[in-house]
Amino acid sequence: MRLVINDTYDEVSVWAAKYVRRKIIEFHPGPGKLFTLGLPTGSTPLGMYRKLIEFYKAGKLSFKYVKTFNMDEYVELARDHPESYHSFMWDNFFKHIDIEPSNAHILDGNAADLEKECDNYEKMIKEAGGIRLFIGGIGPDGHIAFNEPGSSLVSRTRVKTLAQETIQANARFFGNDLSKVPTQALTVGVGTVMDADEVMILITGAHKAFALHKAIEEGVNHMWTVSAFQQHPRTIFLCDEDATMELRVRTVKYFKGLMQLHNKLVEEPAE
Amino acid sequence: MSTGCLYQYLNCSILRAGQLQREDLWVRNGKIMNPEVLFFVEKVTADVKIDCKGLIISPGFIDVQINGGFGCDFSTDSDPEKALETVAKGLLSQGVTSFCPTVITCPSEYYHKVLPLIKKRDGSKKGAGILGIHVEGPFISKEKKGAHPEQLIKDFDGGFKDVLETYGDLSNVSLVTLAPEKSNAKEVIEEFCKRGIVVSVGHSMANLAQGEAAVTSGARFITHLFNAMLPFHHRDPHLVGLLTSEKLPHNRKVYYGMIADGIHTHPAALRIAHRVNPSGIVLVTDAIRAMGFPPGEYPFGEITIEIKGNQSLLKGSNTLAGSIATMDFCVRHFAKETSCGSVLALEAATLHPAQMLGIEDRKGTLDFGADADFIMLDDELNVQATYIAGECVYTKPPQSLSEQLMT
Repeated sequence: MRLVINDTYDEVSVWAAKYVRRKIIEFHPGPGKLFTLGLPTGSTPLGMYRKLIEFYKAGKLSFKYVKTFNMDEYVELARDHPESYHSFMWDNFFKHIDIEPSNAHILDGNAADLEKECDNYEKMIKEAGGIRLFIGGIGPDGHIAFNEPGSSLVSRTRVKTLAQETIQANARFFGNDLSKVPTQALTVGVGTVMDADEVMILITGAHKAFALHKAIEEGVNHMWTVSAFQQHPRTIFLCDEDATMELRVRTVKYFKGLMQLHNKLVEEPAE
Repeated sequence: MSTGCLYQYLNCSILRAGQLQREDLWVRNGKIMNPEVLFFVEKVTADVKIDCKGLIISPGFIDVQINGGFGCDFSTDSDPEKALETVAKGLLSQGVTSFCPTVITCPSEYYHKVLPLIKKRDGSKKGAGILGIHVEGPFISKEKKGAHPEQLIKDFDGGFKDVLETYGDLSNVSLVTLAPEKSNAKEVIEEFCKRGIVVSVGHSMANLAQGEAAVTSGARFITHLFNAMLPFHHRDPHLVGLLTSEKLPHNRKVYYGMIADGIHTHPAALRIAHRVNPSGIVLVTDAIRAMGFPPGEYPFGEITIEIKGNQSLLKGSNTLAGSIATMDFCVRHFAKETSCGSVLALEAATLHPAQMLGIEDRKGTLDFGADADFIMLDDELNVQATYIAGECVYTKPPQSLSEQLMT
């Protein structure tokens, strides 16, 4: 496990985008050889998306041969509802880049048969050759995607009922009307993300500090689902200073000492 | 533009939802498309991408009051079809994508002959679309006749029957200007509304109460505010008072036409109207046959019109012969004189006239599903290109070297 500590949210965003760019370019994607990328929504990855769009607009990166799989989507929320993850991805990423629509996958929370939709998603990921790099964020309670506390750490893509806390936190996006907040979501499982070749988890802000502590300094625990990635062979936890508040000084010092090495991971890729 | 081809206009600011948004405009089969649906549902990308180089994209202008131009006149020409063709074509370079040819007070025989000929039609390379005729008169006030021939002005003492007898076929009419103080106005207005024809009050001696009664009956437009009506008075603001009336039916919006040519309405009057009722303003040109001509003298029948600067005068006098403003000029003038910003200035010539006519589901907006009638403008609101149903029907010719050097 790597822990990469940057000073600020903006630096985390740039670091993440550079890492993604390098991974894509080094893969040499082309027709019949697509780079598969797992993607999150939420406020944490916004800066990374902005930076990736910048790279695309500057001609430094193309998504023509990138295939994406998003982590989750609400159930029974209109696809074009401003709070849907389809809308999020469209507004914040897809409409700005050159990705082929047929290569951008998001779970359909309005599918007639939700179970089938989830099974099919797993199948599509498998057929795509698995996910090269899965990027995630976490909630203050340490959940990854919609794998709320208590989720199985070997779970696959499925329908998940949201925790009351999540529903209440989401009310602000739905006119503070609890009855309008979706109560279920489709989400990839912890196991689905574990299957990726590499995982990069973005954690920023003081409000995520305790979750980061639980994620990396204590044991694997299904009440903090992100802690499962301690057992993933290639996982990067990418955080800012604020998120390290609850970590031990020696943990922070150790990983900060490795920053020179870690920064080699985001050097300009060899063409 | 070819059928089924998907166009993406990039690098532009588009006027949508009351804002200039840094968004792409997507067009297919003459309609504005929703790119989110194209992406997630149809999973298609653009066939053709067009770099707009930072220009503004606005819906095309709509002129609901235009008497003619380029030497033609809809109310007197012997060949109205030719007049329509000429004007419709000429309007493209001014950013007008659809209009209401306006026929002023005429003899009944003329209406019977001409109204059936001026059919609603879609715009194309041949010219701007026709949204229906604006009949201005003959049911107006003799005291406020303006340039209308007094002897032809009529009343409708026999009610709507008189209206039908005068006009004959109403199927091509979409807007009618009448004086609401006439007896039977209520019945006549209601019958027009029932037939889907928008009623406008104007060329009128009406007081505010009569104006409010007309709106209650269904009228929803005021023809060239301030012109050909009694002036604002603090004890009876007359028709001008409709802009701030609180006695109108709930949710009833009144729009008002404004000739923002810098001549027919003083800039201060323009600002007064804009400030008290910004969402109701509809820019109109009220242009006459001399519109479109450079300065000079033009004989039209018995009169000779002299164009000096942006005024047209009866030769040898200081009498205004009518407006020769173009819509793009009016938009720029309105923006400059009121400092209202580009959005409102453009909406006053696009969204508002469409709302007034009740066609904002397809005209006057760049909303998804609307007709792809749009124009490209620079930041000073000069028209650079005009599109109708997704087809480019006008592009500004490149400046000659000498012009470039001069500017």
